[in-house]
Amino acid sequence: MATNKIIVQNLSLQYSDGTESLRDISLSVQTNSITVLFGPAGGGKSSLLRCLNRLNDLTEVKGITGKILLDGENILDPKTDVNALRRRVGMVFARPVVLPMSIRQNLTYGLELAGEKRKSKLDEAVERSLKLSALWEEVKDRLEEPAIALSGGQQQRLCLARVLANQPEVILLDEPTSGLDPISTGKVETALQELKKYYTIILVPHSVQQAARTADFAAFFLQGELVEAAEGKELFTHPKQKRTEDYVEGRFG
Amino acid sequence: MVIIGEQRQGATAQMRKTFETEIQKLKDEMVLLGSMVEQQILGSVDALKKRDVEASRRIREMDSQVNARRYAIEEQVMIVIATQQPMAHDLRLLASILEVSGELERMGDYAKGIATVSIRMGDQPLLKPLIDIPRMAQKGADMLHRSLTAFINEDVDTARSIPAEDDEVDDLYTQIYHELMMFVIQDPKTIERANWLLWVAHNLERVADRVSNICERTIFIATGELKELESNYDKKK
Repeated sequence: MATNKIIVQNLSLQYSDGTESLRDISLSVQTNSITVLFGPAGGGKSSLLRCLNRLNDLTEVKGITGKILLDGENILDPKTDVNALRRRVGMVFARPVVLPMSIRQNLTYGLELAGEKRKSKLDEAVERSLKLSALWEEVKDRLEEPAIALSGGQQQRLCLARVLANQPEVILLDEPTSGLDPISTGKVETALQELKKYYTIILVPHSVQQAARTADFAAFFLQGELVEAAEGKELFTHPKQKRTEDYVEGRFG
Repeated sequence: MVIIGEQRQGATAQMRKTFETEIQKLKDEMVLLGSMVEQQILGSVDALKKRDVEASRRIREMDSQVNARRYAIEEQVMIVIATQQPMAHDLRLLASILEVSGELERMGDYAKGIATVSIRMGDQPLLKPLIDIPRMAQKGADMLHRSLTAFINEDVDTARSIPAEDDEVDDLYTQIYHELMMFVIQDPKTIERANWLLWVAHNLERVADRVSNICERTIFIATGELKELESNYDKKK
């Protein structure tokens, strides 16, 4: 039976400059599925994503209320170990940021930082994470080459592999294919379909079409409000809310 | 940022406009296809009634134009789906246009069937003067016309009310059936001519049945709900 990995309860967020906020968001995220957060820019989807691994701690937040339960524990609790949280909840950003190191070092860096020194364990993590992100076949013979030499699509999959190497439970992706060509986009999307068997995935897509292609569950955000959340196949064929319908039909946005 | 936002809004509005133009063209094509089929149904029965074999031939030839129009609609729908990637109501509308254009083409095939009967009858006289068969054709064509108008306007109330009228067509069919059976019982030599008329009545009964499918799609487009609409006759069964 499906269980909820994350439960967001009445979450509200205001930034210091008042530019973007979330208003009373309640949302459940199922284990081993892809949940898509979509909507026009400034809707709050990235803000919510950043709350889920406390990245918003690094920005000027005026106030945050409500709860985010990860396996029943409120991660907004000040006692939460943020480093441990970020290992459990990894993030991939819109633009791939590879470290100025070899492909292998990009992947082992986080584990070594966490204290893992055994070569066998590190090799295992490198191979496993590259296979899961569908990059292994392309780079297995040149792991010592600088990561920066990889193509944009490969770099993005390397960033995904870097998150996977830390064995997270949840993967957050903020428009991970916005800078990629259709073939690379296809590879990332295919990898996500495979990854959801092992992880819980939350994706902010770069288009409504990507949202429709990938979503097991979809949540539509508009001006800080969660307008509608439903199974993807339901939401993109017959949404219940007029505002969702207008948006997915390209009437605004 | 504001300028980018405005540009984006403008681009979205332009894309929407292109899409809506495409949809309007498709709706116009559907109306045209519907009126051709209506003409085919009424014309096929009229030619039969007048024993005008030449007119029956023209009706039968019209079928290839109907088919060509239906394929053109189908192709255009696919282009719109591929280029515009529609969702929600738009997607339901396009899927329904595919379905309904198929229904219309099938109705045209029934009219072609009636024309074929008339051609096969050659110069043989009708078994009896046609009264109820033209009524069936008139009723079927009228139901088709109103159901297609409701489809184009997404008029759910009308779409819900039309299938019940199928009972009237069914009653006429039953009446024709009994009447023709009486001829056969009284004189078995009439069996072939009776059978021809029964075939015609059957085809007209099927036309009215298919009108219900158009109504179902109208409700689906407007509400997302897809279920079979039953006539009162179906409910009693």
